Amino acid sequence: MIKYYNDLSVIELHVNGEARKVTVRPADILLDVLREQLGLTGAKAGCKNGDCGTCTILMDGLPVKSCLVLAVEAVGHELLTVEGLSGIAPIQNAFVKYHAFQCGYCTSGFLMVCHALATTKPDADEYEMERWLESNICRCTSYQEIRSAITEVLDTASRQTERSTYATIS
Amino acid sequence: MITKLTQNIPRKESWDKVTGKAVYTDDLPITNHYCARILPSPHASARIKSINIQKAAEIPGVKAVITGQEYSVLCGPTLLDRPPLAKDCVRYAGEPVAIVVALDEATALQAVRLIEVDYEVMPALLSPLDSIKKDAPLLHPQISSYTHVVEDIYPIEKSNISAQYHIRKGNIEEGFANSDIIVEETFHLPPSDHLAMEVRTARAEISADGKVLITTASQSPFTVAKDIAKAFQISPGDIEVHVPFVGGAFGGKANVSLEFLAYMASKKVNGHPVRVIIPREEDMTSAPSKLGMDATIKIGAAKDGKIQGAKFEFHVDCGAYSDIAPYMTKAITADCTGPYNIENLVCDSYCVYTNHTYATSYRGFGHLSYTYCVERTLDQLAKKCNLDPLKFRLLNAIKPGDLAPNQVISTYSNTGNTALCLEKLKGIIHWNGPQITNIDENIVRATGISCLWKAATPPSNAVSGALITFNSDGSLNLNTGVVEMGNGGQTNLAQILAEKLKMDINKIHVTLNVNTRLNPEHYKTVASISAYMAGNAVVRAADDIISQLKSIGSQVYSCKPEEIEVSDSKVYCIKAPTNYTEFKDIIAGYKTEGGASIGEPVLAKGGYMLKGITVLDPKTGKGRSGPSWTVGAQAVEIEFDKRDCTYRIINATTVMDVGQVLNPNSMREMIMGGMAMGLSMASRENYSYNKQGRLKTPNLRTYKLLHIGQEPKYKVEFVETPQTDSPFGTRGISEHGIIGMPAALANALSLASEVNIRELPITPEYLWKQRKEKYDS
Repeated sequence: MIKYYNDLSVIELHVNGEARKVTVRPADILLDVLREQLGLTGAKAGCKNGDCGTCTILMDGLPVKSCLVLAVEAVGHELLTVEGLSGIAPIQNAFVKYHAFQCGYCTSGFLMVCHALATTKPDADEYEMERWLESNICRCTSYQEIRSAITEVLDTASRQTERSTYATIS
Repeated sequence: MITKLTQNIPRKESWDKVTGKAVYTDDLPITNHYCARILPSPHASARIKSINIQKAAEIPGVKAVITGQEYSVLCGPTLLDRPPLAKDCVRYAGEPVAIVVALDEATALQAVRLIEVDYEVMPALLSPLDSIKKDAPLLHPQISSYTHVVEDIYPIEKSNISAQYHIRKGNIEEGFANSDIIVEETFHLPPSDHLAMEVRTARAEISADGKVLITTASQSPFTVAKDIAKAFQISPGDIEVHVPFVGGAFGGKANVSLEFLAYMASKKVNGHPVRVIIPREEDMTSAPSKLGMDATIKIGAAKDGKIQGAKFEFHVDCGAYSDIAPYMTKAITADCTGPYNIENLVCDSYCVYTNHTYATSYRGFGHLSYTYCVERTLDQLAKKCNLDPLKFRLLNAIKPGDLAPNQVISTYSNTGNTALCLEKLKGIIHWNGPQITNIDENIVRATGISCLWKAATPPSNAVSGALITFNSDGSLNLNTGVVEMGNGGQTNLAQILAEKLKMDINKIHVTLNVNTRLNPEHYKTVASISAYMAGNAVVRAADDIISQLKSIGSQVYSCKPEEIEVSDSKVYCIKAPTNYTEFKDIIAGYKTEGGASIGEPVLAKGGYMLKGITVLDPKTGKGRSGPSWTVGAQAVEIEFDKRDCTYRIINATTVMDVGQVLNPNSMREMIMGGMAMGLSMASRENYSYNKQGRLKTPNLRTYKLLHIGQEPKYKVEFVETPQTDSPFGTRGISEHGIIGMPAALANALSLASEVNIRELPITPEYLWKQRKEKYDS
């Protein structure tokens, strides 16, 4: 018989540049807490098993599947969700331009992986890009559209890096 | 600025979807909702001897536990054969047996595990070919007493066959007698899953005066209201259905299932809001899947390659309940040849119960399954005739004047131009006959081709509607009942309206969510017919606007209504185009400089009803089962490693007769999405069941989809043969990209591996086994 720990604790999460207090059980996953308590529903549950990537957010600038992170583990880290991209991350515009989504359900997760790649490894080549993005699944598009979007942002990003003017969004 | 049909337009909802603002059903607040979880059956076939809910009900926070014993409701879109919750017996592993309603998910899940069910396990039928055996146990002994929802469903008494359809066209004996070469093949295609990224979910609440609110991830909001009304004796008008953005559906959300459970759960807790959520594993096992198929295909041709006759037998694995599978069986039968002229034709199709998860509509509505079988056989036949498979297809392609399997006379308008698609494909892929190119000593390259066609098979009385209102800036609100699930339907409709009114699409706003209380009824967002049905409604609403504006304009400019022109959000008399009135100054009535009022606010409507669809004759299959076909030709190029039978998909190409190009990039990407889904399915997706009938791959860790880096280069080109009764001649294309992909892939791999591929998915292991058998024997 599984022992259930249902007692609640108050913890503070740093999300999209703001300190937010939430009340959690030890077993609560970060995805549920972001969605249910903070209303940040951009990250979606697709499998809650780490297999599909629809729940991807950034933790200290790197992608994590928020279904595999306990809320209590996220204390002390900088969290960035799709809402925190604020519509001004280059990858968002590129996704619109290249129709890199249809139903939109996997989009938040893909955007976060792409954004992390563009900010941390703007000179990534195709091989690295594929290794980063293969953590996520899109069922609607052919991937060619997503590939076009990230390729443009990476190209733009690496050109700007050479000129040392690439600004990150935090 | 005037938007043209052929312009590339970003989706209307683009920025909602790239900022996380697009709200899907389970994104709505949950603080006031109880949470319901289901208990799925662990057995494929068992009698329920008893259910003990006591321990579950005693958990603090549990509000209710519901079992099938409480209801005697049966549901289904064609045959009422499925209880929303299993009653007396379970017919597939995953079937919902009980629901727990609790304060939160953790409590509900804890309680679900404490429900004790005593089952008597029965032998399970795991293949349609086993189900049709004489001594097979009957899944539904009461099949003859089930209510028929549609008139053309013909279950066979004391059998596991829920529906049958037949084609008798020409003289089959003569056809085979005139054939120099006859090929007969058998095929086995397993069920698989839609795998929309959004897991199905539904919510319900009931007000004190009995009004029901359902919020659901559905392609069929208006059907949800009707079906719940029918099942629970509620007036349909007392049910309001909301559908926010839908995270992919592919046919899998056209069926009504969780909505029944949500209603039952809310009813049990005095109408309190309840959300029914299922995890991915239950979405794959409990909720419906794609059909499986066993088929025998026999086709005969003269030496010159002209097909003389064909005989098809299809056994559709519909799983434990019929759902819409009888109609998929009908669609398979009506279109069974693909876009070819076969004068002497026999087709016998049976929709067969098994103890698999039940099947529902899936992108292509069964067409990809029969297309695979027929196109594989055609490749074999072409080979035996010593003919180039592309030339062979060209020779037999359906032409105006030929009869389709359902004996509808083919025209360019109702069918499109198959031969032109093939000719164009030939040029794009530089086809020069079936060739194996050696890349190095181990790797070879080969290309396979396939044709496709598909007609929708909607009911004759299916309706759609469009309402248009104006804002004070002269922009329009286009209101339809089309669900936005990734199909881009709203953007297409706005573009049709922009073309019709000769205006800027940016001044047209659309309703991206459906509310059955506000939106005009749209049959279902299925079958790639939204642009046709809702499009026709939009065209009529646009005509209504023009006529109202002409009437007001004629008073403003003191001329005849026919002298009034509406263009670029302006109204003017053709004699003096520079003296125009902008929409904003006329849409709420016109005020003259002197202060007089002319006309009235412009409110427009357009309705559309599908007419002239008939049932297929039960014996011959003669009848008009759909409004029109869309045809296409596809190719897949692969690189095959002879050492380990692994392969890479290099190129995938489609030429489709889209009637009229509308938003070309969007159209291309919709077709590419279909192609990707077809390649994923054909190369790796499989509902593999163990001997006890439990799904071996009920999650994304074991059920693999195509990931980035595994995809080929896609190319899509268009042919434009207008469909005369459709808005601007456009044809349905949303599903069609998937249809020929499995066949084209198999034809390429058969050529490269020298294996006669007759199954799906085509894994290296399958190819290796086939080669081993071949070389060992």
